[in-house]
Amino acid sequence: MARRAAVLLALLPLCGQAAPPGDRYVTVPGGAFRSALRYEDAADGTTVAPYRLMRRPVTNAEFLAFVRAHPEWQRGRAAVVLAEPRYLSQWSGPLSLGDARPDQPVTWVSWFAAAAYCAAQSARLPTWTEWEYAAAADETRRDAREDPAWRERILSWYAQPSTGALRAVGGQPPNVYGVQGLHGLVWEWVDDASALLVSADNREQGAADKLRFCGAAALSTDDRENYATLMRVALLSSVQAADATGNLGFRCAKDLP
Amino acid sequence: MRQSLLPLLAIALLASGCGQRPAPDADTGGSAKGDFGPPQGHPIKAVLTSPPHVPPPTGRDKPAKVIVELEVVEKEMAISEGVTYTFWTFGGTVPGSFIRVRQGDTVEFHLMNAPDSKMPHNIDLHGVTGPGGGAASSFTAPGHRSQFTFKALNAGLYVYHCATAPVGMHVANGMYGLILVEPPGGMPPVDREYYVMQGDFYTTGRYREKGHQPFDMAKAIDEHPTYVLFNGSEGSLTGDRALAAKTGERVRLYVGNGGPNLVSSFHVIGEIFDKVQTEGGTHPQENVQTTLIPAGGAAIMDFRLEVPGSYVLVDHSIFRAFNKGALAILKADGPENLAIYSGKEVDEMYLGDRALPNLAAVSQAAAAAKAGDLTVEQQIDAGKVLFSGTCSTCHQANGEGHPGVFPPLAKSDYIAKDPKRLPQVMIGGLTGKVTVNGVEYDSVMPPMGQLTDDEVANIATYVLNSWGNPGGRITKAEARDIRAKSPVGSVAAH
Repeated sequence: MARRAAVLLALLPLCGQAAPPGDRYVTVPGGAFRSALRYEDAADGTTVAPYRLMRRPVTNAEFLAFVRAHPEWQRGRAAVVLAEPRYLSQWSGPLSLGDARPDQPVTWVSWFAAAAYCAAQSARLPTWTEWEYAAAADETRRDAREDPAWRERILSWYAQPSTGALRAVGGQPPNVYGVQGLHGLVWEWVDDASALLVSADNREQGAADKLRFCGAAALSTDDRENYATLMRVALLSSVQAADATGNLGFRCAKDLP
Repeated sequence: MRQSLLPLLAIALLASGCGQRPAPDADTGGSAKGDFGPPQGHPIKAVLTSPPHVPPPTGRDKPAKVIVELEVVEKEMAISEGVTYTFWTFGGTVPGSFIRVRQGDTVEFHLMNAPDSKMPHNIDLHGVTGPGGGAASSFTAPGHRSQFTFKALNAGLYVYHCATAPVGMHVANGMYGLILVEPPGGMPPVDREYYVMQGDFYTTGRYREKGHQPFDMAKAIDEHPTYVLFNGSEGSLTGDRALAAKTGERVRLYVGNGGPNLVSSFHVIGEIFDKVQTEGGTHPQENVQTTLIPAGGAAIMDFRLEVPGSYVLVDHSIFRAFNKGALAILKADGPENLAIYSGKEVDEMYLGDRALPNLAAVSQAAAAAKAGDLTVEQQIDAGKVLFSGTCSTCHQANGEGHPGVFPPLAKSDYIAKDPKRLPQVMIGGLTGKVTVNGVEYDSVMPPMGQLTDDEVANIATYVLNSWGNPGGRITKAEARDIRAKSPVGSVAAH
């Protein structure tokens, strides 16, 4: 198993684009972007600054290395207010994976744990806009969202029950930036997940109780056809920062040097 | 009029107070009269049932605190033979578990979302009074549990469903079910209660295309379902899984329609609903054939089974039944009741005048006749087809006729004596007494003037060569000569 992971890692640079071999990050060039969410202060879209994003979601093996180096984030040691009791419950022990495979994306991680992992790499979680911007691409286009086939592909992942084992990272075709597995693998934490408070009752339309939300959170969706994005936001807004689920992982981002 | 209503109202108010059913036309008072005070006694855990089963009556005459625990499970199940689909379910079934409470009950609702779920879910119960019907209070991430409490103020049969974005997709994946809020006096007793719910489904593949079929958002938006189903899969209520009852029993169906898009024209073939609580409301309509069930609505149907057999539940928008799966069976066992329904008394061919099954032999014979090389075999083949269309209705396909009414053509001494009688009777008809094989017949055969000379010749030749008759042939020329001499036949000549 370890050998196969090593082989995969060796192959990885071949898939990448415009990045030095072995680099876990790619540079995502900035640009104008219209989110599927309606930000009141960005009615005409926004501009995404260039940033660096991990090619792949963080794996069990990578997260294991992190908790070895940072014992305070080991299962059983992390404070429950920062990581719920099921934190890393797919592992057989605090420092052993058991049946969890090293190359599977790490799940059952809270937002706090994910943020701590990224901080330890001198990185941070991507913002929703950064994540959505990178995830709007397909293999050849920077914005494939209008293509029904792109949507269908994402929806087809939603249509699979998640009772089977998670697939390994690295097997997904890199998108135009060289980023892999943004769709079809796991949900991913974003830095401002707690601000993504879409209404718990999707049908409230304009009458949503905006007082419950603050700042950028007075959100509603701009693109009703973009169910694929909508469902990801719905998932993120259903969880609290200490929560974890079996399908929610993460990857890190960085500002350009 | 107004005056006469007052006593009724008074009775109704009394009735609702002491736990009896309201008079038929009385106003129940709705939610304003639905609060019977705080819950009494120990909390009760609600019995939830999978379709097509219905929980037993609450049997209570006091409001209680009822705890409902419903788990959301995303799972792959068969939608049709050899076809699987990823359903999102309340309680592991489509439709979801049936919930039964009593008006005035305080319902403590727990919604659990299974840890291996991919999606967050919530629940909107149409039986809840309050914004969102519980949706905003029950938004639940995978591996989490939400709780909210409501008082069931209105009696009736209500749909519940998921209301998480995108609502349409959650509903289309099977996230709906029924909650019955019994009136204070309970539902009138019946022998059997069943739970049926219609839904429309949208798959990328065609109807019955094998394999795993993903949800098709475009078809859903266009409202072009691939399947319209009762209880979530084709065949869920047929064969061994048909609803069962006995004759003489009173049956009640709680039927909901989850949609997401279609309205149901719900009908049971061969039954008439004695009572329908349309739209799940209080006052029944009586003697109904087909009842409309809106998407997100329900109805209660009562009927008594008199005659044994299979009764087919359909959406009478009938292509949905026969081409998209909206079929279920209610099987009634018991002794026949011929006074009410005889079963089949007559089964015989009726083909209309010219509705022949296969005219190929006829046209071959006609072509051969034109070419002048018509064989006896060709005449027999053509005659056989023609006979089955026109003659067999009375003389029977085997030529035996009907004793005392239609004379036999088989082994007929009447024909053997003079084969030309065949074309003569066909063209001229026959009225009055005639003796065939020693039996006297006295009836009327009208002239078959619509038959051409070719057809007369071919039918006669077929009869001559069948069923022990002497054989031989009648030609077109002979038929023409007979027609020329026949006063009736000449009129109808072509």
